[in-house]
Amino acid sequence: MGSRWHNYSHLIRMAALFVAGILIFLVGRSFFVPADFGVYWHYRAGALDDARARPIRFAGQAACVECHSDISDLRKTARHAKVSCESCHGALATHAAGDEPLKPTRPNGKALCVGCHTKSPSKPVAFPQIDVADHAGDNACIECHNPHAPKIS
Amino acid sequence: MDESRRKFLMGAGRLLVLTGAASVAWDAIVEGQPEQAPNYNTIDHWWGMVIDIEKCIGCGQCVRACKEENGVLLDDEHFRTWVERYVVDMDDPDHPLVDAPNGGYDGFPDLPGMPENIKTFFVPKLCNHCVDSPCVQVCPVGATFDSPDGVVLVDKDRCLGCRYCVQACPYGCRYIDPRTNTVDKCTLCYHRITKGLTTACCEVCPTGARMLGDLKNPKDPIHEFLRTHKVQVLKPQMATGSKTYYNGLDGSVR
Repeated sequence: MGSRWHNYSHLIRMAALFVAGILIFLVGRSFFVPADFGVYWHYRAGALDDARARPIRFAGQAACVECHSDISDLRKTARHAKVSCESCHGALATHAAGDEPLKPTRPNGKALCVGCHTKSPSKPVAFPQIDVADHAGDNACIECHNPHAPKIS
Repeated sequence: MDESRRKFLMGAGRLLVLTGAASVAWDAIVEGQPEQAPNYNTIDHWWGMVIDIEKCIGCGQCVRACKEENGVLLDDEHFRTWVERYVVDMDDPDHPLVDAPNGGYDGFPDLPGMPENIKTFFVPKLCNHCVDSPCVQVCPVGATFDSPDGVVLVDKDRCLGCRYCVQACPYGCRYIDPRTNTVDKCTLCYHRITKGLTTACCEVCPTGARMLGDLKNPKDPIHEFLRTHKVQVLKPQMATGSKTYYNGLDGSVR
């Protein structure tokens, strides 16, 4: 009988090694793979909430209009009607939420205007473009144009 | 009234008044965090973007807003979105000159000494949020994935920084963030679109050249736009199922 087991001992050793390997794999897996991995697909479900958790910096047009309806009314029929407030005034989520700093800085007039309206062959032909030196010289744009309703009547 | 009975009645009452998602939302409101109320259901949305080349003026507002909103490194090597300027010599249209000084962050200076017969235009680029994303397929640890609402996201906790996805992306939209040594890319402002806001780049685009669209919302103007315009995607031969649609795209754009 003893001699018979002796014949199988190499197989038993092999099986024990396999079982130990599988155990190590399972323990390691439970340790390294997060609990919510694979809830939807091959990723950690909590990563969706992580991506959502980031605070916003741009408040969005609706938040601006809520308080500054006078400006939005002025802009409604003007050529800049579809330019959002934060496109020129910058990211103002903290301002909209009422936190510090409450007073946004005034945009740097000419540099801002020129950023869009300087003449370039790459721009769509229909877009209003000017040769800045020719058009204004050293004058500030807001001497003639109201940025909220830029057309001079 | 004993505690368990009271609990049962309150639970049953709430179940009658508020069901499902509304009940979960109510928990968040009771805790004083209404902004975390999960009234956003991922399976109700399918996000994409339309870029109208015929409207882009290369002002770089989108590039600046994206960096501001998402805290992207302010150097000239890391961009979640950027703008390229194409100058196509019509005598040699297969070899366009492409430049993107600082990704378009500072706008575009004039190009001196251009040939007479040229076509030139701006091409804003960002993650195409592909349906069959090559980057998702190569990630060995499930750190990058397609969200149920069609946005390709990165799980920074799992990313190894192995750079497989950076190589796999045919559009060059991924980079390694040296601060974390993990991959970073456009999230389509996932933190904004899930709160009912538009992306930072769409918010500030002065000409409306960028339009975020919810393809599962039948009332979204993106459907009207896609019906009435001949849109293209970048590198259609790669069969990535890109959801960034370009209107007026020149054949020379890679």
